[in-house]
Amino acid sequence: MVDNDRDFYGQEWKEDRGEKSSTYLDASELVLNMGPQHPSTHGVLRVILKLDGEKVLGTECVIGYLHRGVEKIGENRTYTMFAPYVDRMDYVAAVSNGLGYCTAVEKLINVEAPPRAQYIRVIMTELQRIASHQVWLGTHALDIGAMTPLFYTFRDREEILKIFEKYCGARLTTHAFRIGGCQYETYEGFEKEVKKVCAFMEPKFGEYEELLTTNRIWVERTKGVGKLNGDECKALGVTGPVLRASGVKWDLRKAQPYSGYDKFEFDIPVGENGDTYDRYMVRVKELHQSLRIIRQAVDNIPEGPILAKVPKVLKPPVGEIYHSIEAPKGELGYFIVSDGSLQPYRMRIRPPSFVNLQALDKMVRGLLVADVVAVIGTLDIVLGEVDR
Amino acid sequence: MLDQLTGYLSSNLTPGAAGNSLWALIYILLIFAGVSFFVMLMNWVERKALAHFQIRLGPMRVGPHGLLQPIADAVKLMTKEDVIPAGADKTIFWMAPVWVVLTGFTTLIVVPFGPTHAVTDMNIGILYMLGISSLGVLGIIMAGWASNSHYPLMGSLRSSAQMVSYEVAMGLAIVSAIMMTSFTGYGMYGAGTAAGTGTLSMIQIVEAQKAQHVWFVFKFFPLGFIAFGIFAIAMIAETNRAPFDLPEAESELVAGFHTEYSGLRWSLFMLAEYAGMFAVSSIAATLWLGGWMRPFPNALAGPTWDLAFSLVPGALLLLVAVAAFYNAARMPKHLAMRIQTLGLWGLGAVIALVGLIMLIPAVRVRIADISWFVMKVGFFMYLYIWYRATFPRYRFDQLMRVGWKVLLPVALGVLIVTGIAGLTPELLAWAKGAR
Repeated sequence: MVDNDRDFYGQEWKEDRGEKSSTYLDASELVLNMGPQHPSTHGVLRVILKLDGEKVLGTECVIGYLHRGVEKIGENRTYTMFAPYVDRMDYVAAVSNGLGYCTAVEKLINVEAPPRAQYIRVIMTELQRIASHQVWLGTHALDIGAMTPLFYTFRDREEILKIFEKYCGARLTTHAFRIGGCQYETYEGFEKEVKKVCAFMEPKFGEYEELLTTNRIWVERTKGVGKLNGDECKALGVTGPVLRASGVKWDLRKAQPYSGYDKFEFDIPVGENGDTYDRYMVRVKELHQSLRIIRQAVDNIPEGPILAKVPKVLKPPVGEIYHSIEAPKGELGYFIVSDGSLQPYRMRIRPPSFVNLQALDKMVRGLLVADVVAVIGTLDIVLGEVDR
Repeated sequence: MLDQLTGYLSSNLTPGAAGNSLWALIYILLIFAGVSFFVMLMNWVERKALAHFQIRLGPMRVGPHGLLQPIADAVKLMTKEDVIPAGADKTIFWMAPVWVVLTGFTTLIVVPFGPTHAVTDMNIGILYMLGISSLGVLGIIMAGWASNSHYPLMGSLRSSAQMVSYEVAMGLAIVSAIMMTSFTGYGMYGAGTAAGTGTLSMIQIVEAQKAQHVWFVFKFFPLGFIAFGIFAIAMIAETNRAPFDLPEAESELVAGFHTEYSGLRWSLFMLAEYAGMFAVSSIAATLWLGGWMRPFPNALAGPTWDLAFSLVPGALLLLVAVAAFYNAARMPKHLAMRIQTLGLWGLGAVIALVGLIMLIPAVRVRIADISWFVMKVGFFMYLYIWYRATFPRYRFDQLMRVGWKVLLPVALGVLIVTGIAGLTPELLAWAKGAR
């Protein structure tokens, strides 16, 4: 017999909403196990929903189905060897992961990438941000029932992946950067091609907006759904577009500039209500801002070396470092403890998806089942990153 | 027997009205086969059209341009393992798809493909269609309950709530069309009397539109148009299609009420869904778009126009054949594509032949009504695909709100205003007399 007071792991249900704090299931309550095999839990997330009819009384996230022990791997590899592994965390934004790791180690060994490398990094990461947001937009729209945007976004993302492929030979898990700079020099006609992609993208963003922004059903499905105000965001550690949609103007590219982001002019789009629609608008606006950064970077890309002087064998001094960047999904942080050996003593990664996923329960309580799917979509989680 | 077979040929009644059970059976078989074929065709068209909306190619491998894909799918579904979950209520689980198909196809016996081309002409035809098609929801509830699983249960709950609420608005819209059959005059747009009584018979409704020289979608403009719009929205909810496809919402409930179904049983649900789409589309075509009538039967009357319009169905088929030939010529010249290319040439030839046969005078007068009716139904079918490609899905509470708070009041308003509009001359006369 199932113990109704407890979830499948024997843990007690969290406090219910409002006056109904009893934990037994009465006849109108239903525990629905959503995932890990479910079309719209974005991989292998498992959400145990406690429902009253269609209404969500509480949720319990079960994660770890994609756990690969990335952090532990990092402690058993040299600093250079670990770099390709981080690409496998957030596999839709591999370049950003790589940038985060490389800049963190650079900070640890006190090296700065040369300006040309920084510009290349900015171009690549911003392209990756666009690609990541496109994947988000397509799948989010699919979750809410609009099939067509998915194909449009994936068609356009292809152009960015082509550039990645030409630059470093890989499309998804790129390992484009290296500690101290970039692995590869740009190929012939790189600048021209990036500019071409920028010109190609601009009208395509309009196309997505045409399908969704003023669509009545889309607006009704997203406005006021999964509200999260700024204070709640801060309390939960939520970052990235989700935080900005709640009206908090916090972007690490501006707040703690890294990789030469202070040289570029761009705005931080912020929302007001912190609902799903605002998060959608913030991300769509970010697409345009990314284009703006890329254009500036391509126009001003300096000549020079692409790799700083880094010893062949990396042996950082004893110490610890926390460095974070603004990944497409939020603050991606690396906490590295070095004991002076070839391998880090401790490697801790702060993935944005993992932290943002905490907000799910707060956001969906009292909403309907369909909103759970919408909210999972709007949080833009990647399970590879959540489970690591 | 032979008497029964030949005796009916000169009749101008439906088999049901003529009391000819043999021909009724033939009609039933023809409709069953025709609609099943239509479902297969629709399956292909939907996948292709949706693919082109979404910048993909759709099925391309099985047969030329994937034309044999529905057949391949059918074979696959029939040979699949038939799984009944261990905890399921086996009898009800088995009955549900049968029930759904049964109701889906039974509605079709009153669909008037032509003045005599219906199995029977009931005097309560439209009521019968509504009644039987709402029985279909029972099958969905049975499926959801018998699966003994959460997703199907929620899917069937949504489905029953949705169908019950949208049937109300749908019914009111239909009533306003039925009222129009009794208003023979111009109503609020001029003099004329409201004479006679209305009718619920599907054939008589079309005949009324013929007699009044107007499709009901344009009658008492914009009243007919609004009622038609309400019906066109409600019928999508009634058939569980996007953007009202909550009962089988893929991204929420996996597959809704048929999550636990596989193989042939699942395909029966699909068959029933498409048959249901055909049924409601034919109601819409019958009630508002003049049923089997060609466009402008009165304004553009005369032998020349008759000839021109009667050539259209055959000519359209010839156009399709030309498209097939064009695509066959464009096929890659690779050896591996040889059979596909030949197949497409052959298909084009068959379609062209059918098109040419449909141009023969003796044939074209007899099938003109059927082809116009199917074309009108096809228009709605295309709309279904179009909606599916364009819209996100409504949420459950929003769906209910649209049904009860928007469609129902508007339908009720249209119903009342239609009555007033139709009786305007009488009301004016009465007001004069009263004074």
